[in-house]
Amino acid sequence: MRGSMKRKKSRGGGRGPEPLMRVEDRTLRIRVPEELDHHSAALICAQADELVKTRDIREIVFDFSGTVFCDSSGIGMLMGRYKIMQALGGQVRAVQVRDRVERILLLSGVMKVIPVERMQGGKEE
Amino acid sequence: MKNEMRLEFDSISANEAFARVTVAAFMTQMNPSMEEVADVKTAVSEAVTNAIIHGYGGEVHKILIAGEIDGEWLRLEVRDQGVGIPDVEKAMEPLYTTRPELDRSGMGFLFMEAFMDEVKVESEPGKGTAVIMKKRIRQQEE
Repeated sequence: MRGSMKRKKSRGGGRGPEPLMRVEDRTLRIRVPEELDHHSAALICAQADELVKTRDIREIVFDFSGTVFCDSSGIGMLMGRYKIMQALGGQVRAVQVRDRVERILLLSGVMKVIPVERMQGGKEE
Repeated sequence: MKNEMRLEFDSISANEAFARVTVAAFMTQMNPSMEEVADVKTAVSEAVTNAIIHGYGGEVHKILIAGEIDGEWLRLEVRDQGVGIPDVEKAMEPLYTTRPELDRSGMGFLFMEAFMDEVKVESEPGKGTAVIMKKRIRQQEE
């Protein structure tokens, strides 16, 4: 496992495969990587769960604007965080979701419990 | 057109992306649509992830992908020599997972079946598992 837990602040143009996490009040914003699979989901879950514990988070917002690939591990990630937030009386949202990812979310049924916002402006690609 | 390839790699999660991107590159000669490529990448990712998590339980061993293009059909076989699946039918049920503690959604086979035309699983406890998937690629006109 690589990646540091301390990347709370967005450092200008912080590129790279690591997900970027930002805490504002009790909201955790997670920039989901370009490809969300078992490998990247495991990294996100470990970091997010640590922040939820230490920063008293009540809302997790997954920003999918940069995500073009997602498989069932992404669904597991969302459902797992949903269960954690539900136990804390919080919520989970997915925003800026592109067509392909939306198809996966639809197929999984996860949209029945987690609010999903499509990418705005139709700027696919 | 007939073409075959074999790909062998370690069962570490970083190789999930490697496997699906390599298979995507192999199928480009079939002139697939973007959607067909995305479908195959998702299915490969699911099968390889299953081999890593369930087949080998996190231990590092080899995963083999055999790919075959035969006309408009793409055939992929993802094989591990891990623990095997005692009840394949049960394992393929949507939402069924043996590892809920690992945030598994139980939707891996559901996605493979949704995105491929045919999915077959051959498994023997103690010997390993092979997932054989086929998809018809409707070749795009240039």
